Amino acid sequence: MMNTQIAPFDEHQMIHNLKHYLPAQAPLKDFIHHNTLHAFQNMHFFDAIRNASEIFGYKVALPIDEFRKMNQEGLINNKVLETVITKRQGKLALKEWQSKVVLGNYDESNLPRIGALRANWKKEFFIDLDLVIQPILFRILCSYLDQGIAIWNFPVWNKGFLASIKELEKNTYNSFFKSKRVRNLLINYDEDNSGCSIKSLLEMLVGDESLYEQYLFDQQFAHQGWSGMVSTIEDFPQTLLDTRKISMHDLIIFELLLEVDALDSKFGNGWKPLVSGLKHRPEKLFSAVPFNEFSEVMAIWQEAFEWSYYDQVLVGMKTENVNAEKMLHKSFQAMFCIDDREISLRTYLEKFDPACETYGTPGFFSVEFFFQPEHGKSYTKQCPAPVTPKFLIKEVDTIAKRETDAHFAKNSHSLFSGWLISQTLGFWSALKLFVNIFRPSMSPATAYSFRHMDKVSKLTIEYKENVPNENNLQVGFKVDEMAERVAGLLLSIGLVKDFAPIVYIVGHGSSSVNNPHYAAYDCGACSGRPGSVNARVMCYMANHPEVRKLLVTKGIVIPEETQFMGGLHDTTRDEIAFYDEGSLSIVNLAIHKRNERVFSQALDENSKERSRRFESINTHLPSAKIHAKILRRSVSLFEPRPELNHATNTLCIVGSRELSKGLFLDRRSFLNSYDYKIDPDGKLLLNIVKPLGPVCGGINLEYFFSRVDNQKLGAGTKLPHNVMGLFGVANGIDGDLRPGLPSQMIEVHDPVRLLIIIEHFPDVVLSVIQKVPETYEWFINEWVHLVALNPETKEQYLFENGEFTKYETTIDIIHSTDNIQAIIETEKENIPVYLIK
Amino acid sequence: MNTVLNFFILIPFIGFFISLFIPGKKELILSRTAFFTVGLHLIGFFVFLGFWIANDQKTLDLKDIVILKTDNYEFFIDFCFDKITAVYFFVGASLTFMVTIYSKAYLHREIGYKRFFNTILFFYLGYNIAIFAGNLETLFIGWEILGITSFLLIAFYRNRYLPVKNAIKVFSIYRIGDVGLILAMWACHHLFHGNITFLQLKNDELISHFLENPTIIGAFVALMILLTAAAKSAQLPFSSWLPRAMEGPTPSSAIFYGSLSVHLGVFLLLRTYELWEHQTSVRVVIVLLGLTTSIIASLIARVQSSVKSQIAYGSISQIGLIFIEVALGFENLALIHFAGNAFLRTYQLLVSPSIVSYLIREQFYNYKPRLHSFEDRWPKKIEYSIYLLSIKEWNLDKLMSFILWKPLKQTGKRFNFLTMNQVVYLLGPTYAMGLFCLYHDDILSPTIRHYLPIVFSLIGLIMVIKSFSERRSAFLCWTLIIMNHFWIALAISFNEHFELSDAHFYLSGIVISGIIGYIALLRLKKLEGKIDLNQFYGHVYEHPKIAFVFLLACLGLTGFPITPTFIGEDLIFSHIHENQFLLALITATAFIIDGIALVRMYARLFLGPHVKTYHDNPYKSS
Repeated sequence: MMNTQIAPFDEHQMIHNLKHYLPAQAPLKDFIHHNTLHAFQNMHFFDAIRNASEIFGYKVALPIDEFRKMNQEGLINNKVLETVITKRQGKLALKEWQSKVVLGNYDESNLPRIGALRANWKKEFFIDLDLVIQPILFRILCSYLDQGIAIWNFPVWNKGFLASIKELEKNTYNSFFKSKRVRNLLINYDEDNSGCSIKSLLEMLVGDESLYEQYLFDQQFAHQGWSGMVSTIEDFPQTLLDTRKISMHDLIIFELLLEVDALDSKFGNGWKPLVSGLKHRPEKLFSAVPFNEFSEVMAIWQEAFEWSYYDQVLVGMKTENVNAEKMLHKSFQAMFCIDDREISLRTYLEKFDPACETYGTPGFFSVEFFFQPEHGKSYTKQCPAPVTPKFLIKEVDTIAKRETDAHFAKNSHSLFSGWLISQTLGFWSALKLFVNIFRPSMSPATAYSFRHMDKVSKLTIEYKENVPNENNLQVGFKVDEMAERVAGLLLSIGLVKDFAPIVYIVGHGSSSVNNPHYAAYDCGACSGRPGSVNARVMCYMANHPEVRKLLVTKGIVIPEETQFMGGLHDTTRDEIAFYDEGSLSIVNLAIHKRNERVFSQALDENSKERSRRFESINTHLPSAKIHAKILRRSVSLFEPRPELNHATNTLCIVGSRELSKGLFLDRRSFLNSYDYKIDPDGKLLLNIVKPLGPVCGGINLEYFFSRVDNQKLGAGTKLPHNVMGLFGVANGIDGDLRPGLPSQMIEVHDPVRLLIIIEHFPDVVLSVIQKVPETYEWFINEWVHLVALNPETKEQYLFENGEFTKYETTIDIIHSTDNIQAIIETEKENIPVYLIK
Repeated sequence: MNTVLNFFILIPFIGFFISLFIPGKKELILSRTAFFTVGLHLIGFFVFLGFWIANDQKTLDLKDIVILKTDNYEFFIDFCFDKITAVYFFVGASLTFMVTIYSKAYLHREIGYKRFFNTILFFYLGYNIAIFAGNLETLFIGWEILGITSFLLIAFYRNRYLPVKNAIKVFSIYRIGDVGLILAMWACHHLFHGNITFLQLKNDELISHFLENPTIIGAFVALMILLTAAAKSAQLPFSSWLPRAMEGPTPSSAIFYGSLSVHLGVFLLLRTYELWEHQTSVRVVIVLLGLTTSIIASLIARVQSSVKSQIAYGSISQIGLIFIEVALGFENLALIHFAGNAFLRTYQLLVSPSIVSYLIREQFYNYKPRLHSFEDRWPKKIEYSIYLLSIKEWNLDKLMSFILWKPLKQTGKRFNFLTMNQVVYLLGPTYAMGLFCLYHDDILSPTIRHYLPIVFSLIGLIMVIKSFSERRSAFLCWTLIIMNHFWIALAISFNEHFELSDAHFYLSGIVISGIIGYIALLRLKKLEGKIDLNQFYGHVYEHPKIAFVFLLACLGLTGFPITPTFIGEDLIFSHIHENQFLLALITATAFIIDGIALVRMYARLFLGPHVKTYHDNPYKSS
């Protein structure tokens, strides 16, 4: 894969390789889920995790004992296990592999390749460089990048990292270093000076060109959290509000200088490079990782675990009994995000009002723009992260006031104001703490989804010719641009006729307090923000008379009395807000009033279903009481699990709602509405499938890897986390940044890859996924599983090795119940798939 | 009314004791136990306070249990209650009460839920013993409990590297404080010829007479107390431990390092005010110390870019001001300032994770390109220099390692040649010879008799220093620590009036703990093959029971108040004469290092990232 071992050391190539493997998590405010092992995505899933584990020392699956225990408890089906073994090893080897899988003794410990070279400083020279360097390096990086915690900021900041350090070093009586030699190296540093380049410093430190790259990997992966953050900020400087220039190159030079300094101060000038003490060369980092029996055993367990669940779903889809004849009169239609947290709410809406119809589509509702709240000093992106919008929507005429909290005021840390504050505000804090513990309530410290946009504000949705562009962004949309987006949305979900009087478009967001990862709980399709603005914008467009005229030319006729209405569902609090109610006609307003009661009933029931996972709430209570407790929970300072976010997600169903209506899926599925009938050649399907990998697959794999190695790939428990510079969290004050998800978010998650089920003919699906190579990579390398459902024969086709083959489930019967409510009230763990009678 | 004071110690003790026997899975019962213990305590206090205020708010004193009494020595537990205790109790109990409720849900499903509540209750017991203490001896019991619980709470995430490293660091600094207290107690014995109570300091005319005429020994007592207070309250030059203590779950950092633990130095100064109030020079020293600390700490606070270290240094600078207030005699102001600062910092730490969403939103609406700070007006070179110095925490952390770790390690290395065999064959006969001299001291010349104790205690000191830097053998390390105590006992035995029974009293705990610890080590060796101290092994992951037994043995050996050795330590000091300052210093130093060496040993064997990698293991940098 990389031949740098033989080729001469190439600095740019090396930095490029390094950045490829470093964690790619953005600062906290822009938290977006992604595949943690994205660097290995060009390999087949099982090859990738075997490599990642051997090279970087990650745990990549549950412990084997846990699999075996689940097997004994029946959670991993024996028949499925046999099928998987037969498939992977052949029928003849079944018995042999069965005993290996169930009884074999394997050493699960691993000694990763990363770090082995640089460890020789300690082994042969008795110096622990990390111990000396890291505390000061982290502190300087954090101070330089700080977004507003420090009162006294890094004095030089606008020149780039290394240049600022140099400027500071030049003008101080003090020094970053102990060694004069190193100080001079830095002071004389400039871009073309070869005396202080990465290469020349490595020559001093390592002394053998063939080891340079491996040494730098060792060095940077000793603190992959900080290095990953630097790499991300280098690529996307706008992710910080207060932007900073920094590069991996600068970081590496500075760290190498600190290393030389540490060695100078311990050994004087006489020390020799690392290679002089090297007894044997460590294994090359990226040389081929051989197959081994243990990784095959684990792969078998992983697949058996996954198919024990998938089979239930597929059996369920074959056997469910859904009343397919649609009601002619629709009471209302409601669009939600495809998010797995919306499925239960939709089910309850359909239960309390069988005449309604619900749809799922990515929560930016096909409108992409930047949003500027009134008085906001910058923009927030309201669409999937890879998209760069050309439009700006501004909020005007707000009335809500921002509240402040003196406890976050920095002057309490100053000497004299601190003296006054601690003796006055101090006693107020005691009272506040008391109130907060016994009666938690909303405070300025809460991240509250409805604060994202003021309910009564106005938005500049329509483009006006006299309004100039701002920062190359067009303020508002033109009519044809609107029509294009409305048509796109309606076609993609298959809502092109039989419109109800009101069509709701409901975005989602979440609320929490004491939660640095708050952005991870909001809508991923809106770049980690609530989707309220998008819902409102889309409704305005769809209600626009000119737009409707244009839609007619595209074959979509929306009756005049049909009105679209935006809303926001808070997934933590189970509250909903509707926007622009004033624009409803009198008839529709009355209908809306009735619908609101349905929504409120459904929200209560939804909170009840969610509560079965919460220790602090008794699920047997009436739903309204539970809802009140859920509201309180969302504002409690001491509640590290305000909601469980995407935990347990495993499925993504693309097709009509009827596919899943007869099943209880326990909030584990993304649902994307799609009508194959209006898309015979899969043109619309392509746009649906493209983001499924990065968005749903990304969420799924981030949960997967944070769950299987919460220490190295996740953030560990969040309880000791300390906020660093407003962009990351670390343990204590001297720790590395912790990317990934904290244990409180993933503990109930089953590490199972995503199964995408698409309702269309296999050949159409095949041609669609092959159109874009990046999309195809997800499927061919099995980072997600794919099943095509033939809509006519109902046969299921599994995508494997580049083709669809007919799939017969191993399991042929699943649980069924006519009282799912009773199961919800008693079961705390994952609930298997149930057929609803 | 005085006897009621017993209940204030008894209630947390019972609560702690019960909590030890609750199974770890019973989260609700554990948190309820803590809730009711502290809740009941708080209610009892309010009732008591009512009566006390109605009864003229006189200082109460209860001479409780006399634990050991000989002709010229008396060790007794004593409790007192006055305004200072009342304020410290109110702040401590109400914060602990709120934090137990807070932690009930916050720690849900955390590994170590039980450990957390056990430690909190144990801490609470220690806190109460300290604030109700009526004499230095009782205070010291509380002090020791606070030290060890702090270690356990900082190292709560015991399979990560940084918490364990920092816990040892903090414990070592606490230990320096402890020795200040031991020496102060020693000097007080000689100053007042016996154990005195805090009440006597206020009222006893004889004692007041001593205090009004400053002596060298009086100044020594005051400075030792200041040393202890400065270490506990993170004043210069010890300040760097406080931010490093923020490794446990946020609520524990909030009450211990945000508020209660860190203000106990202030408590000690208030409590012993009469001891130094007439020594102007000492008061000047305290004012200067407080002033420098508050200025430097607030400079460091201003450059911190992580929220917890910012709060820590902000708090230190306020405590510096409280020191000044105490030294100037503004007791009430100091108490108000303490309470306000404690509440404020606790709350700030508890809401610290919210700072991201709060400040990001603030910034989104109020972003100004660059905020100017007053330092920008200074000449550039001065500004940059002070900035850099503050980023480096004024080298305080380096200073600690320079004056504490480095000399110890280097001295220890000089004795690297010592092996187990040499220790037994070389020092065994020497010890026998010493014993022989002890029983036939008439053959020794007075000069030799004068120097022998010093020589013997020096050998003891070398033992512990060697044990501190020992990396190869855990058994050697353990044996050396035990031997140190024997050498100390031998050294002191040369002083007259020292009776053999005293030595037995002292060594009984050592022997028992020594044997238990040795067995635990043997067991670990049998299970794990080799046990050295070259790195952190994290064996607690697989052998939590051995780890617990070994911890108890370590505590016994450090003179923790669970064996008679604890009283023996005080007893030993009472036999060191007023003019044997060197002997007192060597013995005291041996006691400090002894504790640090034991904690280091426990940590290396049982804590830190597990040496086996079959399960997920954290990075060393986390």
